[in-house]
Amino acid sequence: MRKIESVIRPHLLDAVKNALQEVGVVGMTVTEVKGFGRQKGHTETYRGSEYKVDFLPKVKIEVVLPEDRVDPAIDAILRTAKTGQFGDGKIFVSSVEEVIRIRTGERAALAL
Amino acid sequence: MRSTKWQILGRLTPLIFLLAGGARKLITERRRTMSKSKRLVVSFAIGALFMALVSFLTPILTTQAQAPAGASAPPGPDPTGNSTGKASDVAVKNPASPALVELMDTIGHNKIAINIVWTLLAGFLVMFMQAGFAMVETGFCRAKNAAHTMSMNFMVYAIGMLGFWICGYALQMGGVGAVAALGGTPPLNHEFTISLFGKTFGLFGTKGFFLGNSVYDVGVFALFLFQMVFMDTAATIPTGAMAERWKFSSFVIFGFFMSMFVYPLFANWVWGGGWLATLGTNFGIGHGHVDFAGSSVVHMVGGIAGLAGAIVLGPRIGKYTKDGKPVAIPGHHIPMALVGTFILAFGWFGFNPGSTLAGTDLRIAVVAVNTMLASAAGAFTAMLFMWLRFGKPDPSMLANGMLAGLVAITAPCAFVSAPAAVLIGGVAGVLVVLSVFFVERRLKVDDPVGAISVHGTNGAWGVISLGLFADGVYGDGWNGVPGPIKGLFYGGGFSQLFAELIGVAVCFVFVFSSFYIFFKVLDALIGNRVSAEVELEGLDIPEMGALAYPEFPISPGFAESVTTMTVPEPARRRGTLTVEPAEN
Repeated sequence: MRKIESVIRPHLLDAVKNALQEVGVVGMTVTEVKGFGRQKGHTETYRGSEYKVDFLPKVKIEVVLPEDRVDPAIDAILRTAKTGQFGDGKIFVSSVEEVIRIRTGERAALAL
Repeated sequence: MRSTKWQILGRLTPLIFLLAGGARKLITERRRTMSKSKRLVVSFAIGALFMALVSFLTPILTTQAQAPAGASAPPGPDPTGNSTGKASDVAVKNPASPALVELMDTIGHNKIAINIVWTLLAGFLVMFMQAGFAMVETGFCRAKNAAHTMSMNFMVYAIGMLGFWICGYALQMGGVGAVAALGGTPPLNHEFTISLFGKTFGLFGTKGFFLGNSVYDVGVFALFLFQMVFMDTAATIPTGAMAERWKFSSFVIFGFFMSMFVYPLFANWVWGGGWLATLGTNFGIGHGHVDFAGSSVVHMVGGIAGLAGAIVLGPRIGKYTKDGKPVAIPGHHIPMALVGTFILAFGWFGFNPGSTLAGTDLRIAVVAVNTMLASAAGAFTAMLFMWLRFGKPDPSMLANGMLAGLVAITAPCAFVSAPAAVLIGGVAGVLVVLSVFFVERRLKVDDPVGAISVHGTNGAWGVISLGLFADGVYGDGWNGVPGPIKGLFYGGGFSQLFAELIGVAVCFVFVFSSFYIFFKVLDALIGNRVSAEVELEGLDIPEMGALAYPEFPISPGFAESVTTMTVPEPARRRGTLTVEPAEN
């Protein structure tokens, strides 16, 4: 089992979600997050004074999948979350030791 | 004749009940079994049946209303309103030959009634401006201080009103004498004066404390309501300039000081028959200091009080970098601020046209149109200026621009033509932006909402513009000086302008020194400013005990990573502290 965490542009959430569902992802956790990478922040003016926005709003999607579904899911994210500009985000993949469904107590693959 | 209608209804009643009962039974039984399309057909059928019933009954039930009204027949309904209100509505002893004095009494009573109702309704509109101020100021503050800013704007109404009731009204209007439009207000008849150079200078009124029995008079009460909401407008302006760092306890004491002493004194000098109003009769300077609805009396007083307060408080933490460059601290709720601006613009229709104190003075049409024209011009020029200068029409400046136009037209609204009103508002829209920059960059005074510029600077511009653009049509006999009011550009010479400038200077010196000393004393006694920790955390919980938005995580937009920071006292005082992310 692997966890795919992808930090993406907020307005692409729907597209990414649909693409993931098409490759068979049945559940996900979504968080509104802030951060910066190579895009850095940007400068705005308010009432004639400048201020820097250091942390830009992003959305983080977490899905946990069996090994054989991981690559199609990554492809789906890459296909839909990419604009080619700085700020498209990142995908992190890590191993997950155990999954338990709270309602039934099922574990591992059964719980996914 | 009359009974037939009810007889028909009476006969129909059992039928109606029968139908209703049957329909109910039918519906409850069939609802589950009926298909969707069948239900639609049945609904239509019921509707058609109902319409047929109504069209059948209507002619029967309405024939009575169209009976011709003969001389002896009882009066029928009057759908057009043309015949409502007749000679029979005038109370006279002998209807056959009413005495002239009886008719004159009725006319006089009605005239004053129109004026009092107008003054009260306008006052109700101005009262609602409190909501506008609350929303503008809270919208321009950060979410962590929203409950605190709102609470100040809320309580200034209550505190201010009590202070004004105790002695503010008496000091302001106690010597105003006969306000003819409100039926004479006979009890307000004593002004404390001093004599200098052989002339009399009115300083404050002495009648009307606690609205006691000696002033138990409808005209006096109507005037109280109207003057009270004006005073409250002035009192709520500093809460914006001093927002996000002001101790609530200090604010409460300020509310009483403003409503009991400072505002009433200056208002007495201009509106209560005091010495600025009599500059004309005493020294021949124009019509004395003329301020129709309060550019100086209300707005400039509020703005200058805010300036003094903001100077004593010092800027918010993080407002200026170490080298004194201003940092933007964006407001948390721009839509709230813009809706608040609209509420203020709406309330201004009470503020300016209401200041005639007379619905029978039809100059109110000109006043109302001038008011709205100036607000539009102010918003528009502020938008253009920001757009050309910074590439985007900053929403907060659109709001400030509209308010600046309104503040500026408040003094001259009754005395100028429509093109002049547009010009006055247009100048105000640019002036407010330049003033915001001047206050922030040169004076280094932190005014989160632009109150000093909107109300102080444009309050001064408003009365000065009266001295320039008054067109000599209105204001005959104002402040006891014969002839209409004429400004510099309309052949009035410098006289009226000079009177306005005296008013501006007196307002600035008197209000600024009063409040600067007041806040300095208060600082020594109880302190004006919250601690740095409270300011960084947000004032809502430490000062008020309640968050404005408890169920939303407040994202630290501006002052991120400041929670672990320690703040040295001198830096806090100077407001030069820079907020940098805590080191990892």
